[in-house]
Amino acid sequence: MTETAPQPKTAAANPPVQALDLGFDARDVVRISATPDVPQPTRQLDKVAKLIDVSKCIGCKACQSACIEWNDTKPAVEDNVGTYENPHDLTPEMFTLMRFSEWVNPETDNLEWLIRKDGCMHCEDPGCLKACPAPGAIVQYSNGIVDFIHENCIGCGYCVTGCPFDIPRISKVDHRSYKCTLCSDRVAVGQGPACAKACPTQAIVFGTKDDMIAHANSRVEDLKSRGYDQAGIYDPPGVGGTHVFYVLHHADKPSIYSNLPDNPRISPIVEGWKGVTKTAGMAVMGIAAAGAALAGFFMRPNRVDEHDEVEAEELVEAEDHSRRES
Amino acid sequence: MNIDLSRRGFLRLAGAGVAATSLGAMGFGEAEAAEAAHVRAFKLFTTTETRNTCPYCSVACGVIMYSRGDVKVGETAELIHLEGDADHPTNRGTLCPKGAALKDFVKAPTRLTMPRHRAPGASGFTEITWDEALDKIARALKDDRDQNMILTNEDGVPVNRWTTTGFLAASATTNETAWLTYKAVRSMGIVGFDNQARV
Amino acid sequence: MTNSWTDIKNTDLVIVMGGNAAEAHPCGFKWVTEAKAHRGAKLIVVDPRYNRTASVSDFYAPIRPGSDIAFLMGVIRWCIENDKVQWDYVKNFTNASYLIKDEFGWSDGLFTGYDEEKRDYDKASWDYKIGDDGFAQVDTTLQDPRCVWNLLKAHVDVYTPEFVERICGTPKDKFLHICEMIGECSTPTKTMTSMYALGWTQHSKGSQNIRGMAMLQLILGNIGVRGGGMNALRGHSNIQGLTDIGLMSNLIPGYLNIPTEKETDWETYLSTRTFKPLRPNQTSYWQNYPNFMVSFMKAMWGDTATEENDWAYHYLPKLDVPNYDILRMFELMKHGQINYYFCQGFNPLLSFPNRGKVTDALSKLKMLVVMDPLETETAHFWENHGIHNDVDTASIQTEVLELPTTCFAEDEGALVNSGRWLQWHWPGATPPGEAKHDTWIMAQIWTRVRQLYLDEGGVFPDPIVNLNWEYADPGDPKADELAREMNGRALGTVYDPADPTKVLADPGKQLSSFGQLRADGSTMAGCWIYTGSWTEDGNMMARRDNNDPDSTGAYQNWAFSWPANRRILYNRASCDLQGKPWDPSRKLIEWTGEKWEGYDVPDIAPTAKPEDVGPFIMNPEGASRLFTRGMMRDGPFPIHMEPFESPIANVFNPKIKGNPVARVFADDAEDFATSEEFPLVATSYRLTEHFHYWTKHNPVNATLQPQFFVEISEELAAERGISLGGRVRVWSKRGEVWAKAVVTKRIRPLTVDGKTVHVVGIPLHWGFMGAAKKGFGPNSLTPFVGDANVETPEFKAFLVNIEPAAEEPVA
Repeated sequence: MTETAPQPKTAAANPPVQALDLGFDARDVVRISATPDVPQPTRQLDKVAKLIDVSKCIGCKACQSACIEWNDTKPAVEDNVGTYENPHDLTPEMFTLMRFSEWVNPETDNLEWLIRKDGCMHCEDPGCLKACPAPGAIVQYSNGIVDFIHENCIGCGYCVTGCPFDIPRISKVDHRSYKCTLCSDRVAVGQGPACAKACPTQAIVFGTKDDMIAHANSRVEDLKSRGYDQAGIYDPPGVGGTHVFYVLHHADKPSIYSNLPDNPRISPIVEGWKGVTKTAGMAVMGIAAAGAALAGFFMRPNRVDEHDEVEAEELVEAEDHSRRES
Repeated sequence: MNIDLSRRGFLRLAGAGVAATSLGAMGFGEAEAAEAAHVRAFKLFTTTETRNTCPYCSVACGVIMYSRGDVKVGETAELIHLEGDADHPTNRGTLCPKGAALKDFVKAPTRLTMPRHRAPGASGFTEITWDEALDKIARALKDDRDQNMILTNEDGVPVNRWTTTGFLAASATTNETAWLTYKAVRSMGIVGFDNQARV
Repeated sequence: MTNSWTDIKNTDLVIVMGGNAAEAHPCGFKWVTEAKAHRGAKLIVVDPRYNRTASVSDFYAPIRPGSDIAFLMGVIRWCIENDKVQWDYVKNFTNASYLIKDEFGWSDGLFTGYDEEKRDYDKASWDYKIGDDGFAQVDTTLQDPRCVWNLLKAHVDVYTPEFVERICGTPKDKFLHICEMIGECSTPTKTMTSMYALGWTQHSKGSQNIRGMAMLQLILGNIGVRGGGMNALRGHSNIQGLTDIGLMSNLIPGYLNIPTEKETDWETYLSTRTFKPLRPNQTSYWQNYPNFMVSFMKAMWGDTATEENDWAYHYLPKLDVPNYDILRMFELMKHGQINYYFCQGFNPLLSFPNRGKVTDALSKLKMLVVMDPLETETAHFWENHGIHNDVDTASIQTEVLELPTTCFAEDEGALVNSGRWLQWHWPGATPPGEAKHDTWIMAQIWTRVRQLYLDEGGVFPDPIVNLNWEYADPGDPKADELAREMNGRALGTVYDPADPTKVLADPGKQLSSFGQLRADGSTMAGCWIYTGSWTEDGNMMARRDNNDPDSTGAYQNWAFSWPANRRILYNRASCDLQGKPWDPSRKLIEWTGEKWEGYDVPDIAPTAKPEDVGPFIMNPEGASRLFTRGMMRDGPFPIHMEPFESPIANVFNPKIKGNPVARVFADDAEDFATSEEFPLVATSYRLTEHFHYWTKHNPVNATLQPQFFVEISEELAAERGISLGGRVRVWSKRGEVWAKAVVTKRIRPLTVDGKTVHVVGIPLHWGFMGAAKKGFGPNSLTPFVGDANVETPEFKAFLVNIEPAAEEPVA
């Protein structure tokens, strides 16, 4: 008989090697993509969160390295294109990425090297899940983790467009969508995510959302004492708050951190869809936003035909129209 | 607002390969997920833990190696994962981007597995046995030392130094390797002796 | 490091200059972020680039590569002028009050005694006035114009903020702001720590850079205290251990020395090393040199080393030059004077300066033996890799043996970290293929050589055939056997000198401290500073008790710290003259009225009275040295010198090129460039994604930083028409490389002596083997010259030029 893994409180712990019963499973699912009326769990797990304190981050990429090792991914060796960002973007094999921006503070004329760890924010109100047409391909657990169940993924790419942070990436190899799982397999055995454990300066920390908010507040206080008057927490309400959130030295200007959205929201189109309309609406949105992010979708042999597109466009126009009126 | 998408269109959208999920993918009907929600199997269950320290910089972070098989009881062991030791006072479980990827250093495609020899002027290496390699080295050392050992200087003072063979030692080997290397190199009289501390 | 990584959390101010701790030692740098978070500590970064450490700093200032001495002397000048001095510390614990010989002085950038022809100083005048009693003369009032303090004041007088700005390119206001931050740490209750690395050592005057900061730390009273110290962040995982065990041309384990030819016998050898105290009551710990040395000789040659044969003194080689360091060896190699060369986990083709010369030299060997876990560039130096290694393979007659070794995951033993902790590790993986432990390889080579001598006879076989080799399997000594041998054991009965009836150790027993070592042959120890690491109680290096009473950061029961499990060196200096901690909230040890007690092992005798015995027991003065006497070849005080390749002349004396006493081989002197031909200052450095030339073999790290690049300012890019991510050619007088251009705001042009000076940053992690894209190391460009004292090559400041290059043809 095995014991059940505890709920995790920190990432600073050594993983178990003796088998444990997992701390959460299918019974703890609160939302399932393309599935209405999900029966709600009988228990509520502690809400967890990963806090990324950008002001403590040295941009070492230990998080990327630990992520690759834990998830056994194999991102490609690319070229240097004149920056420190490698790989150059999130990929199906690289779930997190340090983004570097050189910003001259207009108030002090001092250079600041703003380095932000990008990756899935695990939104309380997940746009990817809402946009996803495949039943069970995206789930949310009561601890806040938004996870992809790859067996159910059809690789359509709607999650990419549904995401206000542009995070998921579609594999050209197996045509499924990939992103950070918040190391759900580690959390299930009472551990924190691999990136948070590795982070040398503990700019990335993990625990209950309440603990992380308290820690973030103390960090903001320290930053204010060092002259960062606008230091603050980035936990955007437009997506119901996130289970990965930031401390920023300039919280009044999120976009200086490599285009972190100032006020992220799920597209109202996605919000408005119900049932069958979702597919068509997303199809046209995907076309409108055609680019690298959706390359996987369009490379697939199955395409939305012209008929679908026309009808979908009508749908979107109708949506736009109704939104303007309201 | 009710758009009647054809079944044909749906099939082409979702693709034949995912037919099992296709009904639900459209939001039609009461189709359920084919696969229940689950997390990835925890890959460290039933592995063997070994405490070690990172071989890179001088912070010497504590690491735990997770292996299939246990060298302590004479088994063949394969390293499958490595992470920081949360009990270690210095790194507290953290690792830098090098340390966090140590498993793939140990398993690098360019790890050496066999002694190899390159003949003068040759365009490649050929594999040789350890015995051949070690005998070749011993012979070379003995002959060079016998020929070039300086026993005394011009003033007749014993100096017993050998300058025509040199040895660079490695600053990532253990103290114990270092001490054995010291004994071997110094007993032969080699003075061209250095390690990475110089650079 | 005088202190440990975990002690850094106790600091109030961190200055990172001559290093880039966040980049090169991220998990050690964690303790800086802890000090910031929990003590409100501030972080200053002074560096040519706004680097990763700077990205989390409180204050950053730029500096021209190779001008650090001017900056540091300027800070000392400012502290003296503004009375930011920890006076009790300076008066009692340094040689500030010692009187210097009247002949000593300096002018035109040189100290007294310079001989241009020999490129050396006659250091006779660089010493104390010695009184009739045999002790150094002092003036504790600091009034005498010949006392060290007044000479120091005069010496630094020229280093005004304006001078610093002119030489270093550091804006005066930024320099003054840093002075003020540093000055606050002169009070007994505020402490600064210095974290430095190769940014200070890899200069032709690297030792003097470090001296400069050490002097500043003494003036502030920051040595020996929690949160203070001079913290050399060492490179490799066991570079400290390899240095401790003396794997260098001129060393014997435990910082003892290989004799020179002038030390013709044992007595002469000892007489120059067994220093008598220079002040009353002082310890002068090196008086124990014979105990350590005889114990070493017994470890080496066992019963063959006897008092009658001067402990086999002539089994040791005697040096005719100060060092057969790597630069001298490759100079000899290039001239065909080296036949065989071994690289045990070392990649000189990318690690030594002037790669063209290194390739020439390796091509002259009869045989090169490489022992490594990986395919190194050195082992493949004869292979043609196009522009990345453009050699004529067929013409290279060097035989090469490439031997596969195990790595950390597969072996057992101790590594010594930068904070002097000896930590034991265990194997957790099976070696790949036929890879072997280095211990096995060395034992196999050595036993085979010995067998040849036993079978055939030969020249002076004595030190080989008599070498002590008492291992259960002579062909495969085990880590525990070797560790026990380094710790040392009693050969005869060891008695307490204070009570000759008291037995400290019976024959055959492991010793527990180096105080038990004897010069009469009754003890043996391979490395005296490690005595105590493997006692009768077992392997102290394997201890894993991570308790830390009162959270001092000492971790007394974690592993073993040399010497004597001491965690902070010179810890007596953490207390005032009466033995009370300068800062009670940061107590380390304390005088109880009878003895020293506290969180650390005191570094003076436990019952030594605080008023009598000075804290710096390794110095015969008992005090630390603001003036080094004759110990440094290039001066008793640091003086501004330019790099050998510099954009400006030495402003003190334009005739001085580089360090006036650094050794320069004739061929290499021809290879130094002037700023007319090569106007750009280059500096080399590491990146956090890689470890030297190892991790480019790791596909993960290759992904994170895949391709060789150089960093330049937007201004230089505009001037030369270089675009972001474009390909450039960088060349020096010695070679050329092709790289991608990272154009950044993090490097800015400097104004130096009225000139605009551009800096080109050249990271060092690429070569032609492994998983990353093929590239170059900065050593294709760097000059073949080293530090005047220790011959560390000048990798951090040299001259280059840059131009856009055609994109690489797609193969």
